[in-house]
Amino acid sequence: MAIKKSATRMTTKDPALTSEQFLKIYYFMKLTREFEESILKLYRQGKIVGGAYTGNGNEATAVGSAFALEQHDYLFPMHRDMGAHLVKGQTLRHLMLQHLGRGNSLSWGRDGTGHYADPDLKIYGNISHLGAMAPMAAGAALASKLRKENSVVMTYIGDGGSNVGDIHETLAMASVMKLPLILIIENNQFAYSTPVQKQKAAQRYSDRAIGYGIPGITIDGTDIEAVYKTCKEAADRARAGEGPTVIESVTMRMHGHSAHDGAEYVPKNLIEEWKKKDPIVRIEQLLIAKKILTQKLIDEYQGKVIEELDDAIQFAVDSTYPPAEQAVVGVFAE
Amino acid sequence: MERDSSVFLLGEDIGEFGGAFKVTKGFLKHFGPDRVIDTVLAETAIVGAATGAAVVGMRPVAEIQFSDFVTTCFSQLVNNTASISYRWHLPCPMVVRLPSGAGIHGGPFHSRNPEAWFFHQPGFKIVAPSTPYDAKGLIKAAVRDNNPVLYFEHKRLYRHIKAEVPDSEYVIEIGKGDIKREGSDISVITYGSMVHTALEAAEILQTKNNVSVEVVDLRSLMPLDTDLIYASVRKTGKVLIAHEDNITGGIGGEIAALISDHCFQSLDAPIKRIGAIDTPTPFSPTLEEYFLPNTNKVTAVLQELAAF
Repeated sequence: MAIKKSATRMTTKDPALTSEQFLKIYYFMKLTREFEESILKLYRQGKIVGGAYTGNGNEATAVGSAFALEQHDYLFPMHRDMGAHLVKGQTLRHLMLQHLGRGNSLSWGRDGTGHYADPDLKIYGNISHLGAMAPMAAGAALASKLRKENSVVMTYIGDGGSNVGDIHETLAMASVMKLPLILIIENNQFAYSTPVQKQKAAQRYSDRAIGYGIPGITIDGTDIEAVYKTCKEAADRARAGEGPTVIESVTMRMHGHSAHDGAEYVPKNLIEEWKKKDPIVRIEQLLIAKKILTQKLIDEYQGKVIEELDDAIQFAVDSTYPPAEQAVVGVFAE
Repeated sequence: MERDSSVFLLGEDIGEFGGAFKVTKGFLKHFGPDRVIDTVLAETAIVGAATGAAVVGMRPVAEIQFSDFVTTCFSQLVNNTASISYRWHLPCPMVVRLPSGAGIHGGPFHSRNPEAWFFHQPGFKIVAPSTPYDAKGLIKAAVRDNNPVLYFEHKRLYRHIKAEVPDSEYVIEIGKGDIKREGSDISVITYGSMVHTALEAAEILQTKNNVSVEVVDLRSLMPLDTDLIYASVRKTGKVLIAHEDNITGGIGGEIAALISDHCFQSLDAPIKRIGAIDTPTPFSPTLEEYFLPNTNKVTAVLQELAAF
């Protein structure tokens, strides 16, 4: 079956997904899952530069949200949203080069993981300071509005990160200026070792939206249809000039904070409970029930995904580190 | 702003009110609310939004109402803005205007000269004009530069000095200083409000002591016009570095180290520095007077140097 590099989607007011779209989403979710598994494997082999992060359990949120965007929309993802990078059109090779610190990576080895910008795809990757991208996303939304681009800007933050001042300043600005911004609060229950009960007194993160006079909605982040529909509606609102939306997408961080974190502080029964809601398993069940997927097709997708990953890994491993003296280049733009 | 529609202003009270110091008075009426934006009171949002807009192709000019408040968006500036070019290989064409400086009974939170913090962060260009002529040339250069430029406006100079500014189009290259007074015995390396203090002291040295003092106005702090600095020091052999910022950790220390490294053979005296004493800016007039460098203090150091 043909898998296009950059997904083309119908521009429609009706958020219902077609079979073709469902299969594309499934492909991206599988790709995300296997990509991160391969990153962990490479990490254990000592081939990853620095740390390794996964969004295991977050695939429906990352993929479903980005799937609601048009090509001219802007994406400001966080570190557990690799699926969003892929949906927006980023190649596996480039993501692998970033993780392996190669000179031909999009950042030229200046930063790792998803910390790069790809203006052709309108992907502006995060920096390590949580919340720091939100004001920048608001700036891109402001530019979109001033230039009458009809583009929306999607950005993300975690349950812990949503407490940072940058997020609140962003919502204050975006709400009163009616900027075309979507903020997805990925509530995966833990901020490193701190459980969400220690991060907020409010019942739901989406309740904070009321304070800014904008809509806030809490959804099941493992339900691909809920994620896509909610994000599509938020994008439609933003495009119509109605301003920002806060979407709280509830999932579970199935792995540790990073590859070196054993996460012993997470109650085992919580992991077991959330395993039953694995987004990959959920979408497979959904698509089998809709007669869009068969076990044979599932195996084909698995094979195809592994083949693409093997290519990307080999390509990155064969690429070289940047020349040392290049370190001084590019502090200033011409 | 007439030339380039991608240039727009954002900041607190800059539109309807014309700005806390009336710098942008009349702009809203002339350019409209899409070019002159009154923002929420949230510096991280202002500077972060400017960075985001710059990265996607606009040319924002953000105002931080008092330079003292730049600390509240420090993280955005040093972690995002400054390293966009280095990490992303994209231009980040934005200007941050910062009314700065003391001598107006502002106390600890309305008197800062924070340039040293940003001097230390690779990725910023920094300018500090001392005259209306330089202010025009440098703001044009700052807006046209494809990098983040911090533009420090000494607020005491807003009303304190007046001068003719040509209507013609001219741009002052960032990284180029200016000799404000030629001299042969001592070089004063300075910028901002201290340029005027240095000129007053230079006049006293000439008339009272028959000592010829050269006043080098850096205009740009990053990049520094090291060619101009070294040429002056090699000519005079004695140097005083003067800034209003606190002496310890002010950029004068870096300039002194550069001079020592590059002009050692030419030096006839130790490199001297003068700045504010190492305290937060005090409020009561007698305390602030003691705190700040002024013409008398600069004159005294120059006379010492002349006698060395």
